[in-house]
Amino acid sequence: MVISTDNLTFNFGDQTVVKSLSLRVPEGSIYGFLGPNGAGKTTTIKLLMNLLKTQQGSIHIFDLELQSNRVKILSQIGSLIEQPAIYLHMSGRENLLNRALLLQVPESRVEEMLNLVHLTNAAHKKAGQYSLGMKQRLGIALALLSDPKLLILDEPTNGLDPNGIIEIRELLIKLVTKHQKTVFISSHLLGEIERMATHVGIINNGELLFQGSISELQTLSQPLIQVEADNTVDAANLLTRNNYEVTDVTDNYFYVPYTSKKQMGELNALLNKNGYAVYSISKQQKDLEKLFLDITQTA
Amino acid sequence: MAFWSAILLPLLLCLLLFIGFYSKGDAIAHEPGFMLWLQFAGAILGIMGSLILPMLIVFIAYSVNSIEHKADTWKTLFSLPISKLSVFAAKYFYAFFLVFLCLALFVLFTLGFGNLLGAIKPSLRFTEYHIEGILTKVYFKLFLSSLGILSIQFLLSLLFRDFLKPMGIGFIYTITGVILAGNHWKYAYWFPYSHPMLAIQALLEGSHAKPGPAGMPVIEIDIFSKEIYVSLGIAILVFIAGYFIVLKKSVK
Repeated sequence: MVISTDNLTFNFGDQTVVKSLSLRVPEGSIYGFLGPNGAGKTTTIKLLMNLLKTQQGSIHIFDLELQSNRVKILSQIGSLIEQPAIYLHMSGRENLLNRALLLQVPESRVEEMLNLVHLTNAAHKKAGQYSLGMKQRLGIALALLSDPKLLILDEPTNGLDPNGIIEIRELLIKLVTKHQKTVFISSHLLGEIERMATHVGIINNGELLFQGSISELQTLSQPLIQVEADNTVDAANLLTRNNYEVTDVTDNYFYVPYTSKKQMGELNALLNKNGYAVYSISKQQKDLEKLFLDITQTA
Repeated sequence: MAFWSAILLPLLLCLLLFIGFYSKGDAIAHEPGFMLWLQFAGAILGIMGSLILPMLIVFIAYSVNSIEHKADTWKTLFSLPISKLSVFAAKYFYAFFLVFLCLALFVLFTLGFGNLLGAIKPSLRFTEYHIEGILTKVYFKLFLSSLGILSIQFLLSLLFRDFLKPMGIGFIYTITGVILAGNHWKYAYWFPYSHPMLAIQALLEGSHAKPGPAGMPVIEIDIFSKEIYVSLGIAILVFIAGYFIVLKKSVK
């Protein structure tokens, strides 16, 4: 395990923000740390970085205890926490050079990193004039500068455009598959995590509700078939009579759990045969909120 | 910002003084060299202890810390594989260096512009007296006397994000310090914000010294007086306390 925490608990005053968290992040994984805003994601990350003092429980990173091996552990971690911390009065290149100096990393890495995040052309521009996406990319370059074994990224795709998100995603996948890195990435977007993560932890109100591989999550997060038809109530009744499970009916839509493409076709044919006009039929991923409900209800 | 202000402040003040002395040069042409230097250096030193130095330290301590507050980089600095002591000490010694640099430049520019006045306006007999040794000692004493304030202001600026708290506290303490020292309160030497003023007072008392050989007055400066020891003691104590606060403090 690259990261393992045991019974990690953290209070701000009398409010418990993180409740007996036991994370298991295996080596070579992209671990998606998922949760709505205010779930305790950033607090957990700050605990992992030793920015907040561990109050209860323990944290081991690279199988070393965090408090007593702080510098040794941090030298293997690159991080991006909340908004990237950048000196706005310096250019992007100067920001990287400054960090390279602090970490005693050769200067050539700076050009490499600028290239990697496509900031070479803007390298001499003051970081204060960067767009949000450029700042985010510079933040990622700073995190990667020392070529760390573990990357801890807190919502790294915030403010990025779709192209930027895809680039970051591909970069992270490349780092893990080709360079044997481990990535711990937090997000409130299930869709984003699903596309790259190998492992997922879901946190809500400071509690870990689910932890496992992405395929384990997918069995939990069953997609639904959304059908738009005339007279949805009658159509839904017809399906129930034919042994379909209908989960929800509204004025315009009704929903049936998805099992296969074939089932979707059969369902469509059945409706047509019985004279219901189907306006649209589509497969829908459950959103995070519903998934949370599911997970909390089964728990 | 702090770096350039540490250079520009002495340059501009000495330049202003230079222009002032140059324009009213005829009125003071009869003065002996010793008195000229005393007026020239004294114009700055007079407000140095009570105003310039404490405010300069408030500002330098603020700038060195605010650069991290503004860029939100404390969390980054403390998540790098660098010990917390190194981060804290490096920041502190940069502020320490800036104060030293600024005071050193005051000495340099005072001497430079004084001698320049003597050269371009020979009626002003600046060349008659050599104040280098005394001036260096005075400023060195001022530097030592300011370290207590520096440690306190540095810690305040590290803890508080905004300018108003360290600035307000620094300002009130400075005024208190000036009043205490100005009234020759017996225990003023225990109050760090009085130290620069006390250091200047020591100089003023010294200037009444008896004339030395060749009719030139000799000023004795006792660098290590008791307020300097207090200043150094407070500087070290607050520095250590600050380190432990940083060690225990959570970075938000």
